[in-house]
Amino acid sequence: MFGIERNSSRYPLGINPAVLLAAVFLIAYPLFASDFFTFQIGAYSLILGTIALSLTMLAGYGGMVSLAQMTVAGFAAYLMAILGTNSVGVMGLGWPWWLTVVIAILGAALLSTFIGAIAARTEGIYTIMITLAIAVAFFYFVRQNYQIFNGFTGFAGIKPPTLFGLYWRDPTPFYYLALAIAAFFFLAVRYGARSTFGLGLQAVRDNPRRVRALGINVFLHRIVAYFYAGIIAGTAGVLLVWFNGRVSPGIVGVDMVIDILVIAVVGGMRAPIGPFLGAIAFVLLENFAIDLIDRERFNTVIGLAFLLVVLFSPDGLLGLWRRIESKIRLPRASARLGVRANRGDWHPAGSSERM
Amino acid sequence: MLKCAGKTLLAAAVLAVASPAVAQDTIKMGGLATLEGAFAAPGQDGIRGIRMALEEFNHTAGGKKIELITGSSDASPASAIRATRKLVEQDGVQIMIGPLSGSEGLAVKDYAKTKPNVTFINGTSAAQDTTLRKPAPNFFRFSTEGAQWMAGLGEYAYKVKKYRKVAVLAEDYSFPYTQVFGFLEPFCRLGGKASVNARFWVPIGNKDYSSVIAALPDDVDAIYVALGGADAINFLSQYQQAGGELPLIGGSITVDQTVLGSKGKIRKTVIGTPSAGPISDTWDDPRWKAFVAQYKKMFAGKGGFPSPSLFAHGYYINTKAALLALNQVKGDLSDGGKKLRAALSSLKFESPTGMVSLDPRRNAIADMFLTEVVEGPDGNLVNKTIGVTKQVSQTFGVKYEEFLKYGPVSRTNPPCK
Amino acid sequence: MRKPMQRRTILILGIVLFAAALLWLVFAVWPDWLIDAIGRKKTFVNTLLNGITLGGLYFLVASGFTLVFGLMRNVNLAHGSMYLLGGYIGYEVAEATGSWFFGLAVAFLAIAVSGILLQVAIFRRMEGDELRQTLVTIGISIIAADLMLATWTGTTYQFDTPDGLYGAIVLPVISVVKSSGAPVFIKYPMYRLTVLGVAVVVGIGLWLFLNRTRIGMMIRAGVNDREMLAASGVNVHFVFALVFAIGAGLAGFAGVVGGTALSIAPGEDIRYLLASLVVVIVGGLGSVSGAAIGALLIGLAEQFGLAYFPTYGVVLTFLIMVGVLAIRPQGIMGTR
Repeated sequence: MFGIERNSSRYPLGINPAVLLAAVFLIAYPLFASDFFTFQIGAYSLILGTIALSLTMLAGYGGMVSLAQMTVAGFAAYLMAILGTNSVGVMGLGWPWWLTVVIAILGAALLSTFIGAIAARTEGIYTIMITLAIAVAFFYFVRQNYQIFNGFTGFAGIKPPTLFGLYWRDPTPFYYLALAIAAFFFLAVRYGARSTFGLGLQAVRDNPRRVRALGINVFLHRIVAYFYAGIIAGTAGVLLVWFNGRVSPGIVGVDMVIDILVIAVVGGMRAPIGPFLGAIAFVLLENFAIDLIDRERFNTVIGLAFLLVVLFSPDGLLGLWRRIESKIRLPRASARLGVRANRGDWHPAGSSERM
Repeated sequence: MLKCAGKTLLAAAVLAVASPAVAQDTIKMGGLATLEGAFAAPGQDGIRGIRMALEEFNHTAGGKKIELITGSSDASPASAIRATRKLVEQDGVQIMIGPLSGSEGLAVKDYAKTKPNVTFINGTSAAQDTTLRKPAPNFFRFSTEGAQWMAGLGEYAYKVKKYRKVAVLAEDYSFPYTQVFGFLEPFCRLGGKASVNARFWVPIGNKDYSSVIAALPDDVDAIYVALGGADAINFLSQYQQAGGELPLIGGSITVDQTVLGSKGKIRKTVIGTPSAGPISDTWDDPRWKAFVAQYKKMFAGKGGFPSPSLFAHGYYINTKAALLALNQVKGDLSDGGKKLRAALSSLKFESPTGMVSLDPRRNAIADMFLTEVVEGPDGNLVNKTIGVTKQVSQTFGVKYEEFLKYGPVSRTNPPCK
Repeated sequence: MRKPMQRRTILILGIVLFAAALLWLVFAVWPDWLIDAIGRKKTFVNTLLNGITLGGLYFLVASGFTLVFGLMRNVNLAHGSMYLLGGYIGYEVAEATGSWFFGLAVAFLAIAVSGILLQVAIFRRMEGDELRQTLVTIGISIIAADLMLATWTGTTYQFDTPDGLYGAIVLPVISVVKSSGAPVFIKYPMYRLTVLGVAVVVGIGLWLFLNRTRIGMMIRAGVNDREMLAASGVNVHFVFALVFAIGAGLAGFAGVVGGTALSIAPGEDIRYLLASLVVVIVGGLGSVSGAAIGALLIGLAEQFGLAYFPTYGVVLTFLIMVGVLAIRPQGIMGTR
């Protein structure tokens, strides 16, 4: 993101034509895409992208790789089923939809804060272990708990409301809902990074000891970051349960937890657009791999992609794209601007060793 | 594939515009099974079942070519729905076969209600409520469900084995609930006892049964065990190692061929264990023998099991029903499949395991097998067929309204006091 | 000066009382009111033994994990995959040769070699970049799980327990006294006691190796200060590779030992990875004695959970972890 911002003034109106093109494409997408592509490819990518965005925010700006973001989203999804209406006959307190949504998102944010409070007491590598342990424990718990989470079966029949004459699970309205939420959080993360809090968080990431010496509360910065990440993941969780219409332990299983990490890392953790690129690639692969290769080895393909990115292109697809772009543009740009650093190699301080 | 984001977006755009061309002389059939994850082996056997039926009909029904498109789930309902949606909405299949497991089946039934012009036929999913409560008018199940599979076992345990009091050990989710219900309902009606306190529900995937074994009561005549696959093998070998001596009664997948053929030391424990299910490996009926021979001919040495599993059997029967009905309507699906579904509803045909027909909620009425584990002539453990229960319906012959009063399956149903 | 002494006395007194109560629970014939309160004695004693022996198995897996972390700050999230792969390899070898012990040895060696390969081919390239190393191990575990599924399918494998170790033995512990006056003794599987014995032997072996040998001293020095160790002329890469070999080898070893006690099947990699994670978080990363304490705690929590309140068993484990993190973020025996 830093690369894009620095250069934004080069374009008329300060808007990069590529960004404008992408925005137009995203808004016009349902007009030419089939229902299947609008809903299952488009909206689902946006939802997964938003969950992964919460991880990117924590990891990219806060240096905290939390594997429990899917758990947070899943918790919001479960709250929707437990507090709202479901067709299973367990729980389903029947709260009005708007209250359920608000409480589900807040509940998810609180869970995220709680996880943060446990994990943020330790540093660096511990985070990944503790959050993974919490994520797996949560999965086992919901799978075995029948009183509240209805165990292995989970809940079905969770529907979004009909509002303004539109049923919000119809492909096109749902797509725009997901797009609006994704865009909102995308911009929030992008511009929030330059707020006092955002800069403070990046300082905590780069050198917690020095920040602490300046009198800034490192722990507080971290758990507030977890709270915001919880709001993002929780909102995406609400969308996810509307998308699926159901929620069961599989949604917070280890596979899904790891998939979110894969999406974030493969997309690129250095900018908020990364997780969305990762999500599109992942969803396309998930749907069409069976037509191209043997579906049986799907996880090998996913794992290899992830491994290659970690080994050779630490900033993911985004970094790859920038490298190609800068190779193409380098002769022209350097003629105009004189010597310009290769953008692919320009990293915010400290992040190069943390991905 | 992952090389370049721009290309990916472009691919998305191109794919989004291209709509699948529907040729008039072929019918697209979707096959959904668990081809990934821990259930991959059963899923592949399910697909083998579909292929056997297609082969039998020479890939043609009602004068049209049948094109099979497979989809894969990981046994979670969400992934089953995503795969089904892709097959129906993207690939444009008009007939769906699948899915494999119970909670997937419930999810696909709900989805079926939103696609009234597509005909959904079950794979092997065996949850009761897929057809019993709030059924979908376009979802058909020619295979049977978990409670039906237990037909005859409760009576056998009470009348022949003379058991009066049993403990229950089962995994804690809906399929074992259904099986326990199917076993206990007749057993308790006859006067048997299975106190709610003597029912042990273990988390699915539990490997260490030693503490559960220690907690099993001593004052019962037998233990009814409904565990599957790895869980069953673990329990049986740990029970034998711990010196357990109570006789066992098995659920449909507790002492099936995958368990008996495993390397665990379970011989002493399982010999003499009665069980019941939709197939019996050793049935000497010519129809079943021909089916097994055909399976071996097609898949022996190509990854197939020694003998078709209940997954191959279930998918085969469901696919065959679809093809027979297509023949009846001469492949005409122009009315959104209405005629096809009418034909399916009244279909009655001879399967490798006897006559199959449907009840008003489109659930199969079929024959069930009562088996007992014995030592085969070559020293292997096999299930010997000791009885066939004819034409078992989902409501055990009770009236539908009466049967509903029994309530949904759960840990405590039937209470059996 | 007096206060800490007093506190210590109280602590010791508490431990002694607890141990006495436990011994009484194990060896006494339970009175009726106790049976009414917490169930049969057979269940309790068996669960206790199961917890301790499961703790032994967890220690075997987690000790390698914690050793590698202590020296290299490398969280090997593919540790569970190594456990599972060790189990499969051991199974194949034991089947082919007919010798369980040979299978055990080959599993140890094969996984130790794979550990060295990982260390040399991958981790050495990104030394100091702990997070990236960890992400690499996640990638490896995804691929490994899928390839193992392709090779060994979803079937469950179970080892033939070596003949001398099969069956149950009668413990000198009375379960109940029958109305006829004859005591009923508690039976317990021989093999599980063996697992515990092996864990104790491995634990003592590791302790001797780390505290009484030259290489062990180098390793401990490396845990405390890696740079100084390198500066003093020790071949750090050799020490790293050795530790990785031992750590990975122990996972493979545990795969055979655990696969014989229980079984090996897809998904076990995650289970033992989770167990290792929780054990070392509770015990303290890098500490072998911490791993022993953590393994015992988690093993007991899991078994008592399963026997007495199955639905909330996981919660007990989780609460232990959160509790320890709240009081001592570095773990019970952790330094830092």
